[in-house]
Amino acid sequence: MNQVISPVPAFGPALPEIVLAVAALALVLLGSFRGDGAKVLIDRIAMAALVLAGLILIDQGPARLSTFNDAFVVDSFARVMKILTLIGAVVAIVLSDRFFAEEKVARFEYTILILLSTIGMMMMCSANELISLYLGVELQSLALYVVAAIHRDNAKASEAGLKYFVLGALSSGMLLYGMSLVYGFTGSVTFPTIAKAVTGGHGSGVMIGLVFIVAGLAFKMSVVPFHMWTPDVYEGAPTPVAAFFATAPKMAAVAMTTRILIDAFLPILKDWQPIIAFAAIASMGLGAFAAIGQNNIKRLMAYSSIGNMGYALVGLAAGTVQGVEGVVIFMVIYLAMTIGVFAVILAMQGQTGTRMELVSDLAGASRTSPGLAFVMAALLFSLIGIPPLAGFFGKFYVFAAAIQAKLFALSVIGILASVVSAFYYLRIIKVMYFDEPAPAFRNSGLEIRVVMWASAAFVILFAVVAGPIRSVAEAAARSLF
Amino acid sequence: MFGFGILSGLLVLPLVGAGFVLLQKDDEAGLRNARWGAFWTTIVTFLLSLVALARFDSTKAGFQLIERKGWLGEQIVYQLGVDGVAMPFVILTTFLMPFCIAASFHSIRTRVKEYFALFLLLETLMIGVFVSLDLVLFYVFFEAGLIPMFLIIGIWGGARRIYASFKFFLYTLLGSVLMLLAIMAMYWTVGTTDILKLLAYKFPSGMQYWLWLAFFASFAVKMPMWPVHTWLPDAHVEAPTAGSVILAGILLKMGGYGFIRFSLPMFPEASLYFANLVFALSVVAIIYTSLVAMMQEDIKKLIAYSSVAHMGFVTMGLFTLNTQGVQGAVFQMVSHGLVSGALFLCVGVVYDRLHTREIAAYGGLVNRMPLYALVFLLFTMANVGLPGTSGFVGEFLTLLGSYKANTLVAVLATTGVIFSACYALWLFARVVYGKLEKHSLEAIPDLDRREMALLVPLAVLVIYFGVQPNAILSMSQASVDGILAAVQAGLGGKLAVLAQ
Repeated sequence: MNQVISPVPAFGPALPEIVLAVAALALVLLGSFRGDGAKVLIDRIAMAALVLAGLILIDQGPARLSTFNDAFVVDSFARVMKILTLIGAVVAIVLSDRFFAEEKVARFEYTILILLSTIGMMMMCSANELISLYLGVELQSLALYVVAAIHRDNAKASEAGLKYFVLGALSSGMLLYGMSLVYGFTGSVTFPTIAKAVTGGHGSGVMIGLVFIVAGLAFKMSVVPFHMWTPDVYEGAPTPVAAFFATAPKMAAVAMTTRILIDAFLPILKDWQPIIAFAAIASMGLGAFAAIGQNNIKRLMAYSSIGNMGYALVGLAAGTVQGVEGVVIFMVIYLAMTIGVFAVILAMQGQTGTRMELVSDLAGASRTSPGLAFVMAALLFSLIGIPPLAGFFGKFYVFAAAIQAKLFALSVIGILASVVSAFYYLRIIKVMYFDEPAPAFRNSGLEIRVVMWASAAFVILFAVVAGPIRSVAEAAARSLF
Repeated sequence: MFGFGILSGLLVLPLVGAGFVLLQKDDEAGLRNARWGAFWTTIVTFLLSLVALARFDSTKAGFQLIERKGWLGEQIVYQLGVDGVAMPFVILTTFLMPFCIAASFHSIRTRVKEYFALFLLLETLMIGVFVSLDLVLFYVFFEAGLIPMFLIIGIWGGARRIYASFKFFLYTLLGSVLMLLAIMAMYWTVGTTDILKLLAYKFPSGMQYWLWLAFFASFAVKMPMWPVHTWLPDAHVEAPTAGSVILAGILLKMGGYGFIRFSLPMFPEASLYFANLVFALSVVAIIYTSLVAMMQEDIKKLIAYSSVAHMGFVTMGLFTLNTQGVQGAVFQMVSHGLVSGALFLCVGVVYDRLHTREIAAYGGLVNRMPLYALVFLLFTMANVGLPGTSGFVGEFLTLLGSYKANTLVAVLATTGVIFSACYALWLFARVVYGKLEKHSLEAIPDLDRREMALLVPLAVLVIYFGVQPNAILSMSQASVDGILAAVQAGLGGKLAVLAQ
């Protein structure tokens, strides 16, 4: 990189992050002066900032921008993944208001922590070298550790927060160790330079570093064998927090994994392909089998998300434009489905307001709450991957990429795992549609119904809008190569 | 309109009807609107399919009424069209649907709106399977049918409905996903999933075997062929009457249609290579499931096993790779759609009165229900394959074709005809003949007007196609010849018999 380095970097490409950071800092002040009573106001400002950040991203157009001496790039891929992250963050705030008010833990810090972790995630999407990547990871992780334990009087939530923190710190350590090895053996931290350094052949140091990096990334994506925290955190954390954990951080983690593997390590595809393929198979298998015995829907969704990350990795394992395109499409659909399911879980409230999260609580819901049952059934059939629902297209594109890359064993095992997973999704549909009714749920809040129906509409009508979404994903994938 | 043609209309109409049904209120008047709304929707769809038939030129071999739009880019497209093989199935689907709706008017009492909406959705998906000219689009319709059928069995089914619905869903899904992988492989090889282009492409021999096996996994489960047929008896027994009619009448035909549309013309070498495997499985299906059918104590289960045996004739006929065999298979599928549908309606008639399907619970019905006895006899005979009924033509042609291809297979399969006579006639004797000894049967009424209106048109068609088989055969002749010519070209003259 011999370009002239300007003493003042261009801030334009990072404007969305700057907007969010300024908003977060201002809101901390507002919160500390006005107290928890200002939570609704803070939520609204935070959402406005998130939407503004999204609009700025869209306004940037398709060009590849970079700043901070190429440590921070904004290409189509980063933009798409950032917008998905922002959507996850907005929904996490929308869904949280009523929940925290009812549980009497309405703390303004929640929203600000969501904002801060979102900034971290957006950095993860844009990081083009190891140090800015690590900064992003740590910013999002530290914020998330606190968010996980925000329900601090609840033993399960505290346990979840502690588990997440200890394991998260360990994984950050592994990531950092891997990075230092890669830096030591290639002499660079920027991805394009690393790619050049490993092209002609590389020593075992790079290989060990790569393994450590992948292990750290696997933890952030909750991929087997670094998935152990997921079910406990999902179950223990308050439902809006679990919804956030299941969506936005996954977008960012998949984005950064994709960028580092493609931009920095594509020349040694043959070395990391088996690792990713193994993680994919193990995740899909565990996701399929371990969820069968679960009766808590949040826990079940945790295993489901582990399985889904496995499918995303199938596309990544291909290491091709088509593979990345599949990953992007899959993540768009995964986001919509997960948001919808968590909105349904939030809508599961008895007449007196007691929160329910067991599969058996849904018994006969098709008769007591037909709308809720319909939305849930559509989402579950989509998660199974039955066409013409969105989930089918997500799986179609990742597996198509794997077939193209001749990863036949991976494809066959993965698609068989999806049949196994069909069983536990079907079990929920069976409980809702075939069983005798349990006590009815009370009517849920407007915002929850809007989120529920929006995700159901997306899942059902995806086949109609699939063409444009696919072209966006393709453009995003091409920008990485 | 908007550049969409008549086939899109066939797909959209039932969906519109389903929307109308769902919008009705839950009171008595609303439910009546829902029932009749569903019924008229299927009637109008049937009439529209007749318009499509009128515009269809059966002397041509290729696809007609083609519509094409971009969908997932330009390689995976929304393309519809019919040829002489698809057309009979489209008509069969639209024809059977009004019967299913009408048969459910009185027997379905709970969640009426959802029931009719699901049936209309199912109609769209089934028509979609037969008119898709893009492999991914085909798969979408093929697989989406699982959702309504799963719910129909699970919500309105019998005592073991949950077991049956799960078994149906998981079995079928397991078969289909392998086909999905094969579709992807074909996509990367040819660069498109446009069926017209795939038919023109010659797949390398080594690849053909794998693709053929993957497609076979899906279609064999759907047919169903022995030994993956075990979901069918459960699904049939537990499904409501109309569900059984659709299952036997149309869903099973998707497998056979898939073999003709994809396996034969796209993978001719593999089809020839695996023909003996298919023959063996078909013969086992014909003989073994006929024997199993004989020992059943449940009327629906018996008919379900007989369906497996009849589908054995279809697969056998298809892989003879000659005109008689394939034409016979097409005819057999249409005929079986009518006959088995009618038989399930007949079972539904007595089930609605007594709420049992145990053969032992009946006996001597002829004394109280002479009309029923007559109609049931006719369909039993058609099921056996008596000359003069449509059942005979299909079996005869497939046997003729297989005699040409493999004499031993034909000889063994012919014994199946005898067994089918055994179980069918024995069933008829136990249910209808004899003295009326059971008290529960003493006041059983004969067919009412609605039931007559359901069964008589089917009876007329079964006899009409029995004496005038050309009505169907001439429709499919040109297309079957075209497909077999493509197979022949793909084989490069390896199969001398075809040259005649």
